[in-house]
Amino acid sequence: MTRFILRRLLLALPALFGLLVLTFIMLRVLPSDPSAALAGENATPEQIAAVRKAYGFDEPLWKQFVIYVGQVARADFGNSIISNRPVVSDIAWRLPATIELTFASLLFAALVGIPLGTMAAVWHNSPFDHVMRVVTVGGLAIASFWFAIILQIVFSMDLGWLPLRSRYPDGLPPPTNITGLYLVDSLLTLRFDQFWLSFKHIIMPAFTLSLGGLASIARFTRAGVLETMQKDFVHYAEAAGYARKRIIWVYVLRNSVVAATTQIGLLFGTLISSAVAVEAIFDWPGVGSYAVSAILTSDYKAVLAVTLVVGVIYAIVNIVVDVVHAMLDPRVAETL
Amino acid sequence: MMLEKPASVLEIRDLSVSVGTDEGEARILDNVGLSLMPGSIHGIVGESGCGKSTLIRSILGILPKRGRATHGSIMLGERNLLSLPADALQKDVRGRAIGFIPQDPFQALNPVFRVGTQLLENVRTPGDSKATREAKRAHVISLLKAVQLPDAEHALDRYPHQFSGGQRQRLLIAAALAAAPGIILADEPTTALDVTTQLQILKLLRGLAIERDLSMLFVTHDFGVVAQLCDTVTVMYAGQTVESGPVAQVLKAPFHPYTQMLLACHPERAEELAGIPGAVPSPLRPPTGCRFSPRCPHARAECTAGQPPRVAPQPGHAVRCVLHLDEAAA
Repeated sequence: MTRFILRRLLLALPALFGLLVLTFIMLRVLPSDPSAALAGENATPEQIAAVRKAYGFDEPLWKQFVIYVGQVARADFGNSIISNRPVVSDIAWRLPATIELTFASLLFAALVGIPLGTMAAVWHNSPFDHVMRVVTVGGLAIASFWFAIILQIVFSMDLGWLPLRSRYPDGLPPPTNITGLYLVDSLLTLRFDQFWLSFKHIIMPAFTLSLGGLASIARFTRAGVLETMQKDFVHYAEAAGYARKRIIWVYVLRNSVVAATTQIGLLFGTLISSAVAVEAIFDWPGVGSYAVSAILTSDYKAVLAVTLVVGVIYAIVNIVVDVVHAMLDPRVAETL
Repeated sequence: MMLEKPASVLEIRDLSVSVGTDEGEARILDNVGLSLMPGSIHGIVGESGCGKSTLIRSILGILPKRGRATHGSIMLGERNLLSLPADALQKDVRGRAIGFIPQDPFQALNPVFRVGTQLLENVRTPGDSKATREAKRAHVISLLKAVQLPDAEHALDRYPHQFSGGQRQRLLIAAALAAAPGIILADEPTTALDVTTQLQILKLLRGLAIERDLSMLFVTHDFGVVAQLCDTVTVMYAGQTVESGPVAQVLKAPFHPYTQMLLACHPERAEELAGIPGAVPSPLRPPTGCRFSPRCPHARAECTAGQPPRVAPQPGHAVRCVLHLDEAAA
């Protein structure tokens, strides 16, 4: 198992190198003249030349890339244009909010989607199955910004049950910072009042964000369970007298979940990109809403840093998913 | 005067099973009968598609969704399995009164669970405290030793893919024995194995049957296996039982033309390789009467009039064929 994890980490290195190259190209090549962009709209050619020299844009590309890698290694992305603070500290402060939101969504999507998909497969072609399939198509197709606004109108403005925006009531001190995740920190310090407040704030954004993932997890689980139920070992389990409930909820489900875990790793990518919109709507102080304002204000450094951080998180999540996959299916660890 | 027959442990009478398909009802089994005598190994022989698997599924009560028994009975002692409710079949019959050994040991074990988890599933004792779990483990390990699995102590903590095909079949045999059933149903348990392993497994089954006083139904397409293992045999063709009797008699002097031709197909027995012209009929539109009649060199008009009655030209050796009506009468 250790060998498997080490190998998996090694395999992630090329991906991370690719990420560096991509972001480098994004920064230096896509804006046709980054020096002009940096110098401002009314800059004279002399000023642009000065910027070019100051930033090293007159150096050969490979040298620029080496300098860039050095900057990334030192986590030196410069200051943000909007906040005028180091981009790195902005992100460090906002990252836990995004992690909390995406993981809450993923957890919800898995906990609801897997049983739904299993039931749809067990009652294959029943009314429940048909309804589930229609609803999940809806879940995949629905625009999250539209759905979020409907939720806000109904549950915050009309019924007043849930807070409209933000992660925690303004003016109240948030839970003691241990992990940065409010739900976890409030539990660790046994402040259930704070947990309840944080929970109420995360419900709508997490639910909105989870829709797409929930739908695809449910559909994947359904397909997986249907396929697994055709396997010889299921027919054998039946003939050998295992109880039907145990066959489905223990033996079949485990095999289907193995297939679904890989899917969850891929889902994480779409989840992060949807988080950008959801955070902006709910004013969630995470990396996504930061990215939106950075893009709107052409804050290149911030955009770059967000891209890198999200890329690294995505790589880490997929390594974790692969390790979980290997733990659930002993054959995987042995083939690598 | 007829002698009192000893009671069979499993008695199938006039069993007909239909499965609904998109093209109509398919009559997979047609008036099938067989009896399994206590302590004996009974072979069921036939080509693929003759209804062997459906027969097994009927006994275990796991017919496909659109399949149902339309006629007949399957008596396990005093109980008719066809009229037992589903949960009674699961709790008292499958894995309990009747142990099952599957065809393909490579596919029958769930690859993502430890062997122990799966084998302990078959051991059902009331209560589930830690103490009984230890007792269950010890019981299964003793079974693994009985089936001569190497390193039986550690086998339960390993995964199926860490065993060879023959070892996996031993695991499955141990699983079938777990609840100490009186009857073992073996569905071509050696087909997926290579020849040397096949022989070991057959010897093991024979030994276990004697040692544990088991009655065994052994499904196969291979007369060689029947000759090595079985006491009695039933030959099936296209969902009908055509002949049954003691193995020595059926092999040496088969009555039914189908049995004769099937035996002639066996490369070790025939001087010249023979085949059977024609193909197995579709169960959707089977021939009337004897289903073998379209391929039978001795077919007469009366063959298609109705299924021939079961006659026993020799005691214990019965056949359903018009050719033998006179002999039985004589």
